Amino acid sequence: MAKQKNSTEAKKSRRLLTGDHIFVVCNTLFMIIFVIVTLYPVWNTVALSFNEGIDAVRGGIHLWPRAFTWKNYQVVLHMQNILTGAKVTVARTVIGTLLALAANALLAYIISRREFMFKAEVSLFWVITMYVNGGLIPVLLLYRTLHLTNSFWVYVIPGMVSAFNVLVIRTYMQGLPDSLEEAARVDGAGYMTIFVKVISPLCKPVYATVALFVAVGQWNSWFDAMIYNRMKSEYTTLQYELMKLLSSVMQQSGSATSGGNAATAAQVTPVTVRSAATVVTMLPILCLYPFLQRYFVTGLTIGGVKE
Amino acid sequence: MQMLHVREGRAMKQNKKKSSRPVEVNLKNVKRQSPLLIWSAVFLAYGVLFYYVPLAGWVMAFQNYKPKTGLLRSKFVGMAKFEFLFSDHTFLRVIRNTFAMGVLNLVCTFVMAIGFAILLNEIKSRFGKRTVQTISYLPHFLSWIIVVGILHDALSSTGIVNEMLVRMHLISSPISFFSHPRLFWPIVAFAHVWKETGWNAIIYLAAITSIDPSLYEAAAIDGAGRWQKIKYITLPGIRPTIMILLLLNIGNVLNAGFEVQYLMRNGLIQSVTDTIDIYVLTWGISQSDFSVGTAAGIFKSAVAIALIVIANGIAKRTGEERLF
Repeated sequence: MAKQKNSTEAKKSRRLLTGDHIFVVCNTLFMIIFVIVTLYPVWNTVALSFNEGIDAVRGGIHLWPRAFTWKNYQVVLHMQNILTGAKVTVARTVIGTLLALAANALLAYIISRREFMFKAEVSLFWVITMYVNGGLIPVLLLYRTLHLTNSFWVYVIPGMVSAFNVLVIRTYMQGLPDSLEEAARVDGAGYMTIFVKVISPLCKPVYATVALFVAVGQWNSWFDAMIYNRMKSEYTTLQYELMKLLSSVMQQSGSATSGGNAATAAQVTPVTVRSAATVVTMLPILCLYPFLQRYFVTGLTIGGVKE
Repeated sequence: MQMLHVREGRAMKQNKKKSSRPVEVNLKNVKRQSPLLIWSAVFLAYGVLFYYVPLAGWVMAFQNYKPKTGLLRSKFVGMAKFEFLFSDHTFLRVIRNTFAMGVLNLVCTFVMAIGFAILLNEIKSRFGKRTVQTISYLPHFLSWIIVVGILHDALSSTGIVNEMLVRMHLISSPISFFSHPRLFWPIVAFAHVWKETGWNAIIYLAAITSIDPSLYEAAAIDGAGRWQKIKYITLPGIRPTIMILLLLNIGNVLNAGFEVQYLMRNGLIQSVTDTIDIYVLTWGISQSDFSVGTAAGIFKSAVAIALIVIANGIAKRTGEERLF
């Protein structure tokens, strides 16, 4: 009886084992396909960007350029708008991130003080902004009235405070031990001294998270350049220039004729130039993000599942 | 991440119940907390200006707004602009498109993110898991411009997708993906899945990690296989997370369509690409009728809030996690 039971159990476990094997194989296969689907299109763009334009029209370029050339990059790096756009994009990313971080951190500090008399009211005021907004047109009119349109500041001033980021920082601050702050207070430190000298150094991880969110948003945004600064080419951004290149490609797609002027037509087309501009635009992010991984994972899980 | 909102809501409810101020409002406390008060006031002014003043612009929807006469002296026309909206076939079509794409994107990205998180969690090799996860985040950091460009390359007549389909003899000649109205919604859904699956999976993976490992051990002793463990432990374990994220995203269904559609639209498929946001943009910027654009924007906000309230009500009734 016991023997029989043992043998059925063994059979059962063997069956599970084979089922398990199939699962592992399928799962691994799925992950490999997932990685290929994610990486291939990006890599293909890189390959295209190093290929001669006319040659690329034939298609069939996969992992490596067929007719190698630097020409696309030369064209991109000599486009005045791209250069201006790069400068503006770097400026808005740096200034915008610093301003936003300072503002969000200070506001988070205020509403994380347990003894603050208007804590509930101030929190509610900002939470409402997460759900209700005026919409595109009233906002556009407001910016016009404030003379924020046709200026650089429209990129960094309006979006400076984000209630979501404030809540992320606040949650982190609330988790800090009170003893440090009390010790500083005994030494006669005021609120601002405690914020700058005691709390902020401890908040470096969450500051990094929020800075990353803001910086990526700044780097990638194009809509504001199109809506508010369409007429001002000196405030164009990299993504907006890329968008213009993209729409020129999409309009001429189907008809396989090459664009570009006569001097360069032999080697570059809108498709390959756009690929090169894409690579230039995504390169900084691609190089940086793997190293910042732990920060955004922290940011997403803060106050979430990790209680 | 978005659980923050939920906790905020609950915390506020508790505060309301107790309605106790941390300290009394009196001269001594005002003086002591003066730095906090001054900075709060600065932020308040900023917030009123950039978040609350635009709400006053909603008046435009009830006016025949002319930039010349301004908000104060434009003629009021009552609900005329809304009546115009709902008799406009384009607007009705635009509502349909927004809902269809919003729901399709929501369902696809949810299923993919949860599925991916569960499957990735089953990978035993730490290195493999980390590598796949790092790669999976990548598209999230690319702008929609780049994603649409990449997609356009892949789906072009000489792109990889057509090439593979032709090689496998599924089609005889390349499909022109961007000129078939029927293909547009699936393409948009795929774009969202491609961009956000890895990113959205982060929170589910964290939720899975926080499941008590002894549950799996107990199940293993009882002879449960992988599928059974996933079905009876992992999925129920992340159910609250799934429900909250679903609730939060239902309110965003109408927001699910601007950038991709704007970048991919063309004359051939306009009837399926345009969303409410594009409609607002067209009226506001190109046609310069701010009133109609604003009315459409208000409609969108109202529907979004109604959706959140309804979803929350359903969650309440079924005893699930809820927002407020």
